[in-house]
Amino acid sequence: MIPELGHYALVLALALALVQSVAPVVGARTGDGVLMRLANSTALMQFLFVALSFAALTACYVRSDFSVATVYENSHSMMPLIYKFTSVWGNHEGSMLLWVLILALFGALVAAFGVNLPMSLKALVLAVQSWIASAFYLFILLTSNPFLRLNPAPFEGRDLNPVLQDIGLAIHPPLLYLGYVGFSIAFSFAIAALIDGRIDAAWARWVRPWTLAAWMFLTLGIAMGSYWAYYELGWGGFWFWDPVENASLMPWLAGTALLHSAVVMEKRNALKIWTILLAILTFSLSLIGTFLVRSGVLTSVHAFATDPRRGIFILAILVLFIGGALMLFAWRAPLLKQGGLFAPVSREGALVLNNLFLTTACLTVVVGTLYPLGLEALTGAKISVGPPFFNLTFVPLFVPLMCAMPFGPLLAWKRGDLLGAAQRLMTAFGVALVTVAVGFAIAGGKSVLAPFGIGLAFFVMAGAITDLIERTGLFRVPLATVRLRAGGLPRSAWGTAVAHFGLAMTLLGIVCVTNWSTERIVAVKPGQTIALPGYDFTFDGMDQRRGPNFTAVGGRFTVREGGVAIGTMESSRRTFIRGNTTTESALMTRGFSQLYLSLGETQKNGALGVRLYYKPLVLLIWLGAVVMMLGGALSLSDRRLRVGAPKPAARSRLQPAE
Amino acid sequence: MTRKQRRLVLIGGCGVVLAAAVALVLSAMSNSIVFFRSPSEIATEQLAPGTRVRIGGLVEPGSVKRGDDLRISFKVTDGKHDIPVRYQGLVPDLFREGQGVVAEGVIEPGGLFQADTVLAKHDERYMPREVVEALKKSGRWKEGAIETAKGTAAR
Repeated sequence: MIPELGHYALVLALALALVQSVAPVVGARTGDGVLMRLANSTALMQFLFVALSFAALTACYVRSDFSVATVYENSHSMMPLIYKFTSVWGNHEGSMLLWVLILALFGALVAAFGVNLPMSLKALVLAVQSWIASAFYLFILLTSNPFLRLNPAPFEGRDLNPVLQDIGLAIHPPLLYLGYVGFSIAFSFAIAALIDGRIDAAWARWVRPWTLAAWMFLTLGIAMGSYWAYYELGWGGFWFWDPVENASLMPWLAGTALLHSAVVMEKRNALKIWTILLAILTFSLSLIGTFLVRSGVLTSVHAFATDPRRGIFILAILVLFIGGALMLFAWRAPLLKQGGLFAPVSREGALVLNNLFLTTACLTVVVGTLYPLGLEALTGAKISVGPPFFNLTFVPLFVPLMCAMPFGPLLAWKRGDLLGAAQRLMTAFGVALVTVAVGFAIAGGKSVLAPFGIGLAFFVMAGAITDLIERTGLFRVPLATVRLRAGGLPRSAWGTAVAHFGLAMTLLGIVCVTNWSTERIVAVKPGQTIALPGYDFTFDGMDQRRGPNFTAVGGRFTVREGGVAIGTMESSRRTFIRGNTTTESALMTRGFSQLYLSLGETQKNGALGVRLYYKPLVLLIWLGAVVMMLGGALSLSDRRLRVGAPKPAARSRLQPAE
Repeated sequence: MTRKQRRLVLIGGCGVVLAAAVALVLSAMSNSIVFFRSPSEIATEQLAPGTRVRIGGLVEPGSVKRGDDLRISFKVTDGKHDIPVRYQGLVPDLFREGQGVVAEGVIEPGGLFQADTVLAKHDERYMPREVVEALKKSGRWKEGAIETAKGTAAR
């Protein structure tokens, strides 16, 4: 009964979405307030029904109801309860249901909190949101029904892919989806503005918090996915330039550009058409990401299904929405009133530079991800575009972006003083030079680029601090004044500095790990000791354990630093009921660095294959992302963006003179 | 600066960055892309030694030999031809005889494939797509042989 209820609730959500797709548009056209307000209720009800449907599916998993096909395929009665919850989205059907649940949630949030939006804009936004929702409800109901029954019901399930039986599955997908799907709001706002034919600075102020929230979730989601891959896949890589990872990076780059261009639009009423285009592109890239990951064109940990009908259906959704949106843009954008132009050396100019580099970098990722697919479709030749390609294209574009980053916040709006900004960055530059020198002293010329990478990271960090010092007047005015100024500083200024600082932390982590990781891959027998620079690992022996749905063989190692024991590490290989094995790596954190140990297979002579790594400052990669997210949160708490905050008056007086 | 000059600076700047990006992409394309070949294609095409390629097929049953220092050698076959592969390191959890495998590396003068990366499936329901294609080409693919190949997962 429960699966049928869930199925029925989803059908009802589709019906509501169809109403919401049409009625508010008609209302906005004819000026009918009742029809426009209808969208509020339908958006809330839609969320209620999708949540009901999701709860029903969750109930099927928790109760191990193997008469439901997806539960049979992806669950097992002996699985720990937490994985019974998370396996709901550990498969194609359930993850799509999570996708629409979050889509409906965002729709409901706009309906509930968008009180100060003009009525027609809100109605159109919710309608566009519903177009997307309808398409995906149809996709689920027609091609990927999660409530499909099996008759007779199997006695036991086939278990979840062991790689997914991890706490990472509880965190990574929901965060990532909150990011992906969150950008749908910016998209809906853009389409609504194009239909409406009106756009102004206020539009940017309404869109920015939604974009910021989505960006925060996406940042954290990508970082958590990266950390999960790092410890689960057993060889300590944090980013593989795998197409499925690129699928999440592309909307992140475009979304980051969107955040920055929306600032220009809000403050200076410029870059309006570009911002609209970016909003469309960002969500389009989210859709492309969903297509890449879900359609089965790529084979990876993420491609749950390779049913061709699903691929074609998502491709159709993709063409419809991206093609439709871009056509609407081509048709309507020239009718929008252009914003002013500005001096190249100014805050706006710096933000344009940021957008230029971010979108170009995004473009190289798009090319590197889609080119192999296109080539295979056209010529049948199969190629793999891996890290070397992205190191040669993406990295050279990101370096100038980060070099320019500290300058941006120090330039004034309208007309900036580049020389003045450079002078104020002298200290930061000095810090960078010192770190480059220290880097060379430590590295001993082994890697020429690495010290410069570290210098760049410190330059950006010091630049972010300089920005705050300049704004609060620290070291120049009395401390009491500093406190006053710090309190009066807009939260978004703090947010900027914190987020930029976070990005530099990530960079620092990446540079250190890629250049100074040490690794040993050896076979050991009990009692033998392996040495990494600074650390010794003694293999104590093996032991066997039983988990709820697996048996594990663990290898215990005593770790010594300079002869002093600092702890033990135990990595294990788990064999699951279905017969497949995973490796659980062992991690030991030393400050921001980590020791990493994972077992390989037992060799002929009884020795145990072991991978050992020392990963210097590796935690900074993900901590940096957390700090970036905190920066976003600070910025989100800014008064200006708070829902219901009064519109600043007399914006128009700030128009450029020309 | 006049309006026209400002626009020129803006467009010029965009042009320069985009041109640089195109140049980077093109040069990276010519240097860093690895083609996929089936064992039969390698046997018939005569690639120059030292070419970097990805090969895929099944690990030939009975061909896996383990040596000291984590050295391992095996043959990758698509049923018609096979290639001897050598690798040093730990092979993935699901590396088995008779199962699908993808290896990346260079062909040495004697026709030996020196792999530096070995990927296997990560789930028993899954077969790497490249392997399926290679087997289809050589006529060894049986529909339904892996009836649940709609499964998943691998790196």
